[in-house]
Amino acid sequence: MRTKTAERKVSQTGFRYVVEVRVLNMVKWTRIIIFVAIANPILYLLSIGIGVGSLIDSKDGLGGVEYLTFLAPALLATAAIQGMLDEVIFPTFEGFKWVKNFFAMNSTSLTGSDIAGGVFVAALLRTTFTVVIYWIALYFFGALDSPTAGLAIPAAIFAGASFGALIMALAARAKNEDVFMLITGRLIVMPMFLFSGTFYPLDLMPTFLQWIGWISPLWHATDLGRFLTYGHQISTTTLVFHLIYMFALLIVGLYFAFSNYSKRLAK
Amino acid sequence: MDLIVVKNLVKQFGDFTAVNGINFSVKQGESFGLLGPNGAGKSSTMRIIGATSERTSGEVTILGKDPQKFGPQIRAHLGVVPQQDNLDEELTCAENLYIYGRYFGLPKATVRNKLDELLEFAHLLDKKNSKVKSLSGGMKRRLTIARALVSDPDILMLDEPTTGLDPQARHILWDRLFRLKEKGVTLLITTHHMDEAEQLCDRLMVMDKGEIMAEGSPAELIKKYSTKEVLEVRFGSDRNSQMVEKLQSFAERLEELPDRLLLYTESGEDLLAKIVAANVHPNTSLVRRSSLEDVFLRLTGRSLIE
Repeated sequence: MRTKTAERKVSQTGFRYVVEVRVLNMVKWTRIIIFVAIANPILYLLSIGIGVGSLIDSKDGLGGVEYLTFLAPALLATAAIQGMLDEVIFPTFEGFKWVKNFFAMNSTSLTGSDIAGGVFVAALLRTTFTVVIYWIALYFFGALDSPTAGLAIPAAIFAGASFGALIMALAARAKNEDVFMLITGRLIVMPMFLFSGTFYPLDLMPTFLQWIGWISPLWHATDLGRFLTYGHQISTTTLVFHLIYMFALLIVGLYFAFSNYSKRLAK
Repeated sequence: MDLIVVKNLVKQFGDFTAVNGINFSVKQGESFGLLGPNGAGKSSTMRIIGATSERTSGEVTILGKDPQKFGPQIRAHLGVVPQQDNLDEELTCAENLYIYGRYFGLPKATVRNKLDELLEFAHLLDKKNSKVKSLSGGMKRRLTIARALVSDPDILMLDEPTTGLDPQARHILWDRLFRLKEKGVTLLITTHHMDEAEQLCDRLMVMDKGEIMAEGSPAELIKKYSTKEVLEVRFGSDRNSQMVEKLQSFAERLEELPDRLLLYTESGEDLLAKIVAANVHPNTSLVRRSSLEDVFLRLTGRSLIE
């Protein structure tokens, strides 16, 4: 017979348990995750990097840098952003609507912030894995040409994290998943991929379109990545600005992700 | 000691008032039921007590604390079985129990040691390593209940625990819940099945449109709001309403349902004899004891499952 109800300890780092279940779920897809991580860079590097590259390199349009080298940091950051989006959008839809497992988590001592934090950290783990594999592929294709090239890995993950946090915050508010996917995929991610100085320097773009690059974390990460992988010249101010911009986006995104998760759970 | 105290609780969603100023309390070890039709405000009340939804006004104390201020601390003591199963379908039964225990911050070894006992309780030991998506509805329900027990809760909250289950599955579940009650776990149950409420609840309140219509033990409620027995008679759908006037004076109370008439009386057999003596011959007749369904009908003029 129970007679007393002693105080129970509540973990202040409950997000760890959400990371645990997300990883347990990812492990079920290990083979697919590894296959995608390897196939994706190889396909891109073969088709655009080498194919398009041979066309461009013959005309020497990028000031002495091989096209593959120029493109590599942009592809790396794109892979980070895409990986991050997959791992924040689908678990968010699943958790709030498809399976409603966030409500199960929230009926334990876990809070909305724990759940958001856990989903985010797990997404970062998966993204780190993807980016490292991508980087190794770039290395073998000879697309890296600087002792600081290793730092392109955290730079790409940084871009994925800052953009992922923002999309996670929006996904937590989405009522219709199809519309949400359509808007983020077609109207945000696709233009960002095309207009962030990914395939050619941003200044070649008409001025009235350059703003897309300036607000795009992909451009900031790509410019930073070019500096790190082949010594593309940027001023210290630009360097600092890239870092501050992505950091600010990350903080704002996480703030709204945490609060939107909590609000939707309490509805 | 009162584990749950609710005073003047109000919950509004925009213009809609789901819970309209209710008061009740639940003692330690008690099995308390919220009985009412869909939309009565049961689930809203449950979510506020479960410290996952904010109230519009009123006072709520769970284990001596305000759920709005101490959500995680209070939830650490609760086991929650939601209306809809929200198990992780891609994971196995054992993994589902395991991760849920981890959510409470229980050490890995502690949770692992409990798995077999919980699966045994849920009658799912042979499904230990099967994915949840391969389970039947009744199995998922039992797993959800086992999951809610992983943290040894002081209060187990069940929202419509057996809705959608076949009779056999319901009886297995009732048996499991009864064992928990014997162990001294406080149960808070919502249901719109009166047989479930009669089986499981020491005390219950009947809710309708966000308000409490009556409160007491099943026997007390039946005694207060109904007669000992009920005579159900059918004359065929055309004639049922014609017979109302004729039979009104025979019974203490008469309810007309679309398919039958309910005559409330102390002795159904005696009443039937009187009717027949008065030359009224129903197509079929049935004498039964009063149930909570009759209480609900009396209080609201409507039947529970519409």
